[in-house]
Amino acid sequence: MTEIFGVPIQALAGQLMLGLVNGSFYAMLSLGLAVIFGMLNIINFAHGALYMMGAIFTWMFMEYLGIGYWWSLVLAPISVGLIGIAIERLLLQWLYKLDHLYGLLLTFGLALILEGFFRHLYGVAGQPYSIPDELSGAINLGFMFLPKYRAWIIVASLTVCLVTWYVIEKTRLGAYLRAATENPALTQAFGINVPLMVMLTYGFGVGLAGLAGVLAAPATQVGPLMGSNLIITVFAVVVIGGMGSILGSILTGLGLGLIEGLTKVFYPEASATVVFIIMAIVLMFRPAGLFGREK
Amino acid sequence: MKRKLLALTLSALLLPAAGSALAQAKGKISGDVVKIGVLTDMSGVYSDLGGQGSVVAAQMAIDDFKAKYKPTFKIELVSADHQNKADVGSNKIREWYDTQGVDMVTDVLNSAVALAVAKVTTEKNKIMLNAGAASTRITNEDCAPNNVVHYVYDTYALANGPGKAVTKLGKDTWFLLTADYAFGHSLEKDTTNAVIANGGKVVGNVRHPLNASDFSSFLLQAQASKAKVVGLANAGGDTINSIKAANEFGLTKNQTLVGLLTTVVDIHALGLQTTQGMMFTEGFYWNLNPETREWSRRFFAKHKKMPNMLPAGAYSAVTHYLKAVQATGTDDTATVMKKMKDTPINDFFAKNGKIRDDGRMVHDMLLVEVKKPSESKEPWDYYNIKQVIPGDQAFQPMAASRCPAVLAAKKK
Repeated sequence: MTEIFGVPIQALAGQLMLGLVNGSFYAMLSLGLAVIFGMLNIINFAHGALYMMGAIFTWMFMEYLGIGYWWSLVLAPISVGLIGIAIERLLLQWLYKLDHLYGLLLTFGLALILEGFFRHLYGVAGQPYSIPDELSGAINLGFMFLPKYRAWIIVASLTVCLVTWYVIEKTRLGAYLRAATENPALTQAFGINVPLMVMLTYGFGVGLAGLAGVLAAPATQVGPLMGSNLIITVFAVVVIGGMGSILGSILTGLGLGLIEGLTKVFYPEASATVVFIIMAIVLMFRPAGLFGREK
Repeated sequence: MKRKLLALTLSALLLPAAGSALAQAKGKISGDVVKIGVLTDMSGVYSDLGGQGSVVAAQMAIDDFKAKYKPTFKIELVSADHQNKADVGSNKIREWYDTQGVDMVTDVLNSAVALAVAKVTTEKNKIMLNAGAASTRITNEDCAPNNVVHYVYDTYALANGPGKAVTKLGKDTWFLLTADYAFGHSLEKDTTNAVIANGGKVVGNVRHPLNASDFSSFLLQAQASKAKVVGLANAGGDTINSIKAANEFGLTKNQTLVGLLTTVVDIHALGLQTTQGMMFTEGFYWNLNPETREWSRRFFAKHKKMPNMLPAGAYSAVTHYLKAVQATGTDDTATVMKKMKDTPINDFFAKNGKIRDDGRMVHDMLLVEVKKPSESKEPWDYYNIKQVIPGDQAFQPMAASRCPAVLAAKKK
């Protein structure tokens, strides 16, 4: 069997596939962050907590209401989005004129409160959520048995990412959004309701986090700490991609998933750090990130 | 005359001192209160293992003791969150000893925190009955047998049970998935030793960062190794997610999964469908006999979760301590420690438990196998007991001790 640095090429292909799965999560989460930062100038530290809520809602729907996975896929992101809208209306909208730091501190505080609340309710060990019957089992790819559910994660998240990118970059609605980001006062003068757009953007951004949470629920244990384990890496992804860059965050998310996957084979001890090493290197040469524009 | 006066004065001065020394040995309790502290992780990754459960158990121990033995002294309980940080833990314990008059501390899960707290406890000459930490360093390199008792389990006992039993079943090639910090390394080392000693072989290992969010690629490596057994040298959320991914990738079809530090709480979190057939060592099982059931049901009524070995151990430790205080009539560290070491421990948690010279409390451990969903008769009914490992075989023998105090005593 052909080998690269002592690792059979088949095993390597399997690991790259898994890297792509993780990359899909990074892409979806960092996409939401990028949209929010782009439109609202808010560094949304509550993103991980909202992702966690997406997963917990999925579990709660099943546990208390008997609502299955497929309905949750729609209902949980909407619920999280509505909570996001409430957060934006009640808290965030007062901070737009202030320094980034205030938004960061507020959302960080929110994240701690949300995590604490669910920890109090359910403890840290979390809850099990099983894979829906339609997606259980595995596909033989020749080089590995890929669980169908993991394949579904890649398909679902790529679709969502591409649709989001298309809407923002190629449609009229997207053009309004981008205009409102660039110059809110002028856009408002054209009769476009900017505060409404901002509110819906935040709702959509955190809805994406909620959707990622639903996708994650059957793959990992549903617990209050699942967001905070992931969010720091996702922020690094956003910084590498360039704050506010939509395509940048999608591509970097997937790319870093792959690099992390390779690290897990060749030097697993560094798999938690490799993203940050890349971040440091990228910032040295391109302070605005790979796809970001310097303002 | 002058000399007589001097002698009289002197003896008058000395008498009360001698008297109070006598009183202390006979029956004096500092501040008239015996104060017990529960220092644990209240909010982090290990809070479901000990945490509030240990506080509830310690309070139960105090209430039961008061009801049964009607002590003349007061007993108080304090608790705090060490956040899994050694510095937070040692600051808190210093405050407790210096300003709050705490006499004994228990739980203290997380080996890093436990080692820091042990140091302060020795310095202040107080007592720690550790019910939560795993590292064998507590009774070896860093032992403090005059102040510290390692009460419930350690990495040697965890590794030894399955290391021996599973290897003897003919599953003699192992692959280890290790949490990349002191505790994981210690567990990895002890498991490797146990496997080799029983004629097995460790064919590979992978070290993952603490709190890794995805374990699938590590498990794929374990799968590719073709080892018959995959050992999880990690704990809490890491173990839970490893087991979950192992199932998804079909690893459990051809390989045996051994969680080296798994408790009933983890099994409850994952469900039997996912965990059936797993084997590991636990220090306690609530559904073992009528005595354990009786206590555990009382615990469940208060905490809404069945106890694992940590709260059960904390209850036993607090009770054993209070009995020693009652019997000696003092909370003086040396006196109480001596009494605790002289008295065997017989309760629902431990049968013929004994505190050794290195501070290790040896008691029977259980090698368990997780039931199939069809075998489970009620909620939390999860284990088939495969073997009761007698205390003297479960824990590291004294002959292998690396505790300086024990080694010095041997030389004499």
